[in-house]
Amino acid sequence: MLEIRNLSFAVPGEAAEKEIIHDISLTIGKGKFVVITGPNGGGKSTLAKLIAGIEKPTSGQILLGGEDITGKSITERAHLGVSYAFQQPVKFKGIRVIDLLRIASRKKMSVGDACAYLSEVGLCARDYIDREVNGSLSGGELKRIEIATVLARGTVLSVFDEPEAGIDLWSFKSLIEVFERMRKANSDRTILVISHQERILNIADEIIVLGAGSIIGHGSREEILPTLLGTSAAINACGQLTKGGDQ
Amino acid sequence: MDAIQKQILMEVAGLESVPHGAYNIRTNGQSTARSVTANIDIVSKADGSGIDVIIKPGTVGESVHIPVILSEAGLKEVVYNDFHIGEGCDVVIIAGCGIHNCGTQDSEHDGIHRFFVAPNARVKYVEKHVGAGDGAGKRILNPVTEVHMAEGSAMEMEMVQIKGVDSTNRVTTADLAAGASLVVRERLMTHGDQVAISSYVVDLNGDGASTDVVSRSVARDRSYQKFDSKITGNAACTGHTECDAIIMDDAHILAIPQLEAQNIDAALIHEAAIGKIAGEQIIKLMTLGLTEAEAEEQIISGFLK
Repeated sequence: MLEIRNLSFAVPGEAAEKEIIHDISLTIGKGKFVVITGPNGGGKSTLAKLIAGIEKPTSGQILLGGEDITGKSITERAHLGVSYAFQQPVKFKGIRVIDLLRIASRKKMSVGDACAYLSEVGLCARDYIDREVNGSLSGGELKRIEIATVLARGTVLSVFDEPEAGIDLWSFKSLIEVFERMRKANSDRTILVISHQERILNIADEIIVLGAGSIIGHGSREEILPTLLGTSAAINACGQLTKGGDQ
Repeated sequence: MDAIQKQILMEVAGLESVPHGAYNIRTNGQSTARSVTANIDIVSKADGSGIDVIIKPGTVGESVHIPVILSEAGLKEVVYNDFHIGEGCDVVIIAGCGIHNCGTQDSEHDGIHRFFVAPNARVKYVEKHVGAGDGAGKRILNPVTEVHMAEGSAMEMEMVQIKGVDSTNRVTTADLAAGASLVVRERLMTHGDQVAISSYVVDLNGDGASTDVVSRSVARDRSYQKFDSKITGNAACTGHTECDAIIMDDAHILAIPQLEAQNIDAALIHEAAIGKIAGEQIIKLMTLGLTEAEAEEQIISGFLK
């Protein structure tokens, strides 16, 4: 479904280029729920941005359903079926929640349909539908609206960058239920989540551990999860949890 | 009324035909249609320079439309309109001017509107400006609005100029007695080589008077905008003015919010922000499937809504 071949990404540094992603290759099958985890600064968010087209790789290839999308723009990838939920949602002056959901769904969405997506992320739709997606909403509300826009798109590949970060009063349980319902609604849908959260790792089909820009481990949950417990990656992750998430 | 005039009427007043209630339609320098009601009278000034709109005290739920249409090139006019809004009224006044200039000579409409708002009256005033036509002649609008608000009155002004006006110099002054409230919402977009100057002077003269003057604007291409808003607090009052502008291309924006307090209980705030469209906003909308250009249009139309 998603194939990454020898992907590298570097940024200009003071003396020399700094490589953020180093020669990564991996394949993610159709309908899989895959969690990417690992220490901070390991390249997780950068990899997600490379998949969505927000960053361009220095070298390597990205294939979606067998089609090379490396040279495609963000918009083209969106049309081919890539969705991306930002770690820190973007605010807009004057654009309402319903406007954003309508853009996401690419159709004249009824208020009822929009409400269904908001209810899915635990927001009382009536109170939110006409609100502007601006600073008057809390970080947690913005985050849930961000997740709702990805639900409204209903694409073959959904990438979530730390969906649990900043989810205020809404529980992790509800977030996990959203992912479970997504999978049930369409078994062909591939979900890629960047997370430190053990309860999200617990529902993964596969786990990828990324550190210093390289893949440290990639396998089934049964294989990888026990190796994470007690490792520096897990301790780092647990440390993040006590602080309420990595933002 | 021809097709061009009908189109302008639709854009400035949202009207497909003559409106309900009181109205006065001015076309190419002449009053071409008028209707009055039992509560709202419209009278031409003796010297022909404009109209007086007189709204009886206690008039509630009625509206007045006074659109102006200029579709002849080279026409220049100055019009004086006075509005007398009686005590306890609650009315809507919809003004607006559209210029369609296909010629080489400049067309100009300078509307001077004076509002006398009696105690406890409420007014919503909507003014839209549009320009169209592909002639070399400029489309010029210089509106002057003067507002006198008595005790406990309230006025909400919505000023919109989105396209096609080459040059505009808007001057709005207001004085408010005790307990009066004035809210101004200005929406402006300029492009090409357009110039738009907008000045507000609001004097809060009575205890409990309040005002909120907010402008949102987008300047594209090589256009120039100046927003100059001054609130003076002469009593125990509250005032807020804000200019929020998106700058694009080679545009030029000058924002000058000013506050002057002459009373220790005057609470006044100003805010001004000018910036380009945030890159992350465009990226977010692109991840939802919009092109970069579509994302930009969506952001601007939302901002100016």
